[in-house]
Amino acid sequence: MSAIDSVSLPRSFRLPRIDGLIQWIVPLAIIAIWQVASVTGFVPTRVLPAPSDVLLAGWKLLLSGELVRNIWVSFWRASIGFFIGGSIGFAFGLANGLSQLSAKLTDTTLQMVRNVPHLALIPLVILWFGIDESAKLFLVALGVFFPIYLNTLHGIRTVDPQLIEMGRIYGMTDGELFRRVIFPGALPSIFVGIRFALGIMWLTLIVAETIAASSGLGYMAMQAREFMLIDVVVLSILIYALLGKLADSASRVLERLTLSWHPAFQKN
Amino acid sequence: MQTAVRTSLPETELASRANFAPHARIVREAQSSGLPLSIRGLHKSFGDNEVLRGIDLHIPAGQFVAIVGKSGCGKSTLLRLIAGLDKIDAGSISFGQDIQPKDIQPEDIRVMFQEPRLLPWARVLANVEVGLGRDRASGDAHARAEKALSEVGLADKRDQWPSVLSGGQKQRVALGRALVSRPRVLAFDEPLGALDALTRISMQRLLERVWRDQGFTAILVTHDVAEAVALADRVLVIEEGRIAHDVVIHAARPRQRGSAELAGLEGSILSHLLSADDRT
Ligand SMILES: Nc1ncnc2c1ncn2[C@@H]1O[C@H](COP(=O)(O)OP(=O)(O)O)[C@@H](O)[C@H]1O
Ligand SMILES: [Mg+2]
Repeated sequence: MSAIDSVSLPRSFRLPRIDGLIQWIVPLAIIAIWQVASVTGFVPTRVLPAPSDVLLAGWKLLLSGELVRNIWVSFWRASIGFFIGGSIGFAFGLANGLSQLSAKLTDTTLQMVRNVPHLALIPLVILWFGIDESAKLFLVALGVFFPIYLNTLHGIRTVDPQLIEMGRIYGMTDGELFRRVIFPGALPSIFVGIRFALGIMWLTLIVAETIAASSGLGYMAMQAREFMLIDVVVLSILIYALLGKLADSASRVLERLTLSWHPAFQKN
Repeated sequence: MQTAVRTSLPETELASRANFAPHARIVREAQSSGLPLSIRGLHKSFGDNEVLRGIDLHIPAGQFVAIVGKSGCGKSTLLRLIAGLDKIDAGSISFGQDIQPKDIQPEDIRVMFQEPRLLPWARVLANVEVGLGRDRASGDAHARAEKALSEVGLADKRDQWPSVLSGGQKQRVALGRALVSRPRVLAFDEPLGALDALTRISMQRLLERVWRDQGFTAILVTHDVAEAVALADRVLVIEEGRIAHDVVIHAARPRQRGSAELAGLEGSILSHLLSADDRT
């Protein structure tokens, strides 16, 4: 092992650096072309403001404290909603994956509810909660619930039955079997659910904040639209993209740490 | 217990014992940890499919028995019943006349399958520790697992993930896991079936070596008749749910692969299998 390491060490030093550069070439080029197109008047600033203008708008909002406040509000809504919906989805996934009775009792119902697009509930949710915080949390939690539920359930059901039999042969208790065989076996699938859920989380939040909110990034964008501040609108969109990317990266790091045994994560 | 067993099946017992060099025999007698195995009138059906139709078999402690038969004849079924993984329909399986079921620990009987069944998310050493059963939490678990791992020649792989091991190495880890609790009966269900020819031969040597070192009773299901005659004291041929032939292999150990004696035995067992095939 040590021999292989020492051979591949220089390579693994060089590769990430080049990889890290390569993935930024296209976004940077797009921004550069965009800036040039705006400055030369090829794209009217009424349609799309120059990147420099967007940056400037961001700087002003940062100084006024508005930007941080709105980002914080959105981030808080996203996290709490994700936590609530994710926990409930995970709990149902576990219960229905481990217990036939529980699955018979609730799975069909959940599968039926799944077919209702959760964003279609917005009018109803506004009637229930007004434009209160709970309206946004409810929608995010509902959107997050299903991908986590479905993938946890799928993960548990597809754990290799031969491994489960092995665990029983070697005298594992139910608790040990869950901790050492079933949960680790379901984890890759659970992560698929988490990544899906993160996408849905942002989407739900954007829609909910644009329609029914008095704070947050979506609200900031709608306000800006009313005052024709197109640079702030574009800024809000870019921040959503950035936050989405950050959430995805965070889940990837977590995945890499917990699934280091997986062949897919061993090729550095 | 040993005497009782011996009188019940003198010829087989003597045949297997007589094959050892004198000093090896003494060592094996002294530490023989194997359990004898008695099977009477064993029946097992899956729905309408009557797979085992009355198996009667006595295996003396420490014997190495190979079971052959055509695919689907019930070899795995028999092994799973011996290991207590499935329910018996009728008949009995007991381990020695003087031994009560309560005296047999789950750790005394181990099975090894064709698939290594390693936990992909546990390092090699942790996978071997799984084999300790209820002793997993004990203080010397690490040390015992390390010892078992060096017995199968993989001490240097202790911190690897299973996914980086070759097929043969994975099977050796599985063997280490089966050995770590010092079982008294070890059942193998085509453990080498998925390995290439060279790896098979080195694994066969390893199996024979650990069996001679530890003296457990070995029951090996295989589809490879050459493997059966190379390793076993005795080869059983299953046909139509019963033991149709019981062939004692007298050849001395260490055995010379491809010797005329083994080739002759292999030929005669194969012809049993083929003639059964012709009849159906
Ligand atoms: N769990 C099971 N359910 C139904 N039929 C089974 C089951 N296990 C084995 N069988 C049947 O029993 C027969 C013997 O199977 P098996 O013992 O696996 O054969 P072998 O190992 O000799 O190839 C086959 O016909 C197989 O289809
Ligand atoms: Mg089989």
